[in-house]
Amino acid sequence: MIQVVNLTKRYHGFTAVRDISFEVAKGEVVGFLGPNGAGKSTTMRMLTGYLPPTSGHASIAGFDIFEDSIQARRHLGYLPESTPLYHDMRVHEYLRYRASLKGVEPAKIKERVGDVLEMCDLKEKERALIGTLSKGQKQRVGLADALVHDPDLLILDEPTIGLDPNQIRQVRELIKNLANRRTVLISTHILSEVEMMCSRVVIIHRGCIRASDTPENLLQNHRSAGEIRLELHAPPSDAHEHLASLAGVKDVSHKNAGPDSLFQLRTEAESDPTPELLRLAQDRHWDIRGLVRKKPTLEDVFVDITQAD
Amino acid sequence: MRTFLTLLGREVKSFFYSPIAYVVLFFFLVATGFNFYSGVSFLNQSPSEVTVVEAAFNTVLFWFPFVLIFPLITMRTYADEFRMGTIETLSTAPVSDWQIVLSKFFGALTFYILLWAPSFLYFVAFKQITGKEAALAAGAFGGSYLLLLLLGAFYVALGCLASALTNEQINAAVMTFVAIFGFFVTGLLGFILNSPSQAVRDVIAYFSAVEHMADFSRGIIDSRPLVWYVSMTVFVLFLNHQVFQYRKWKA
Repeated sequence: MIQVVNLTKRYHGFTAVRDISFEVAKGEVVGFLGPNGAGKSTTMRMLTGYLPPTSGHASIAGFDIFEDSIQARRHLGYLPESTPLYHDMRVHEYLRYRASLKGVEPAKIKERVGDVLEMCDLKEKERALIGTLSKGQKQRVGLADALVHDPDLLILDEPTIGLDPNQIRQVRELIKNLANRRTVLISTHILSEVEMMCSRVVIIHRGCIRASDTPENLLQNHRSAGEIRLELHAPPSDAHEHLASLAGVKDVSHKNAGPDSLFQLRTEAESDPTPELLRLAQDRHWDIRGLVRKKPTLEDVFVDITQAD
Repeated sequence: MRTFLTLLGREVKSFFYSPIAYVVLFFFLVATGFNFYSGVSFLNQSPSEVTVVEAAFNTVLFWFPFVLIFPLITMRTYADEFRMGTIETLSTAPVSDWQIVLSKFFGALTFYILLWAPSFLYFVAFKQITGKEAALAAGAFGGSYLLLLLLGAFYVALGCLASALTNEQINAAVMTFVAIFGFFVTGLLGFILNSPSQAVRDVIAYFSAVEHMADFSRGIIDSRPLVWYVSMTVFVLFLNHQVFQYRKWKA
C-alpha cells in the first residue's frame, strides 16, 4: 500500500528525514513512533503530497506521490497533526464539502456523510458550528473527514494528542474498528496504544529508521530485557553480592525499607534468573517478602532506541 | 471541473460565514448610494456635459471606497488558511494547486461582483423616477461595468497574492492597500508631474485607472487597458501560484 524508497527531506541546512525506506502492506496497522522532531510529521506530509521530497520516491497504492499526486491522494485519508478545521462551518456542511472535494459522487454524499457521522459518534453534533465543539469532538470531525471518501489508506498524525483518557479510549476504539479493512499508518506518543492496535512498529529517530518490526519481536530483542523487583529480609550487603553474581543479572541496586531491603535487578535479554534466585534464597535462608518480574514494555524499547546516542 | 466548483462554492460561502461580508456590503452600499446621490445632485445644480453614469463612476467619492474594499475582500483568502493550518487539509485533498489558486481568485471576484450588483438598480430607479436615460448609450453602461470588472479582477488578484504571502490577515490587508494605492497613484502622476515627456505619459497612461474610467464610462472601449488589465491579472495569478507552492513546500 505504501512504498518508501530512499526518501530524504532537507530544509535549509537541516536534514529532517534521511534516506528512509519502508513498506506497508495492505491491511497492516503500522505505528510510526519517534521523539518530537524525529521526522514523523515530515514523512507523513511527504506521503500525503503536502511536502515534496528532496530526493527519493514514495508511492501510495502504486501511484507516485509526486508524479501522480492527485491519484495517490484519492486513496488516502489524512488527519494532520492538531486537526485543522474551518471553525465557521457546521459539521455536516464541512463533511459534505470535503466529500465533494474528494470526489464522492453527488448522489452518495448524503449517505457517506451520514455513515461517517454515525461511525464517529457525531450524529447529535451535525448541526453544531465546528468552532464550538470540544477538542475530542473536533478530533472526531477530523477523523470523519479522513474517512468520508472511504479510502484504502489512513494516515493519522497523533490522533490522540491533547485528549483526556476517555476520549483517547473512544478514538482508539474507533481506529481499531476502522482497521479491519483498511491500511493504517498512525503516529502517536502513547505506546500502550501501539501495543494494543498495531501489527508493526516503525521507530524513527533523527530522521533515520531505527527499528521496524512487530511489537512482540521488538520486545523480545530488546537489549535490557527485563527487571526483577525483590523485597527481601536479609543482610543487604551479603544479598547484594550474591544477587549480582547470578547468571543473567546485569546489575543490582538496593535500598533499605525498614527491616527489609528492596532490590532491583536488571536482567539480560532472554534470560530468567528467577529459579536460580529462589534456590539461592532458600540456601541462604533469606525471607522473600515479595517478588515481581517486570517484562520490558514498548516504552523501554522506545527509550532505549531513541536515547542510544 | 466539479472539484473546482466545490472549491469555488466554499470560497463564496465563506464570505457569508463571517460578519465581514455583511459589514463590507453595508459599507459599500452606503458609499455607492451616497456617491450616486451626490453625482445626481451635482448635475442638478449646474448644466454639465457629463452623463449620470460618468458622474457616478468618476469622482473622488467613487474611488475612495473603491480602493478600500479590496483589502477587506481578499485578506482572509490564504492568510487564514495558513494560520489555521487548514491549508494542509485543503492541499492534501485530491485537488491541484491551480484549482486552489483559481477558486480563491474567482471566489473573491464573485463576491466583488455581488457588491456591485445592487448599484445597477440606481440607474434603473433613476430612469423610473426621472423618465430620462442615465447615459447616452448602452455602451456607457457596458464600458463602465466592464472596466469595473477588469479593475476588480486585477486588484482582487493583487489582494490574493498579498494574502498568500502572510499568516496574518491584517498584514495582507495593508500590503494589498499599499499595492493598489501604488498603482493608483502612479496613474495620477500625469496630473502631478511637470510637463512629462510623451514616453513617460504613455507609460503612465497604462496605470491610470481614472483615465480609463473616464473613457469607458463614455462608452469608449480602448483595447490597451483591456489587454493591460487581463495580462496583469494573469501575471499576478501566476505569481500567486508560485508563492503558494513555495510557502506550502517550505512549511
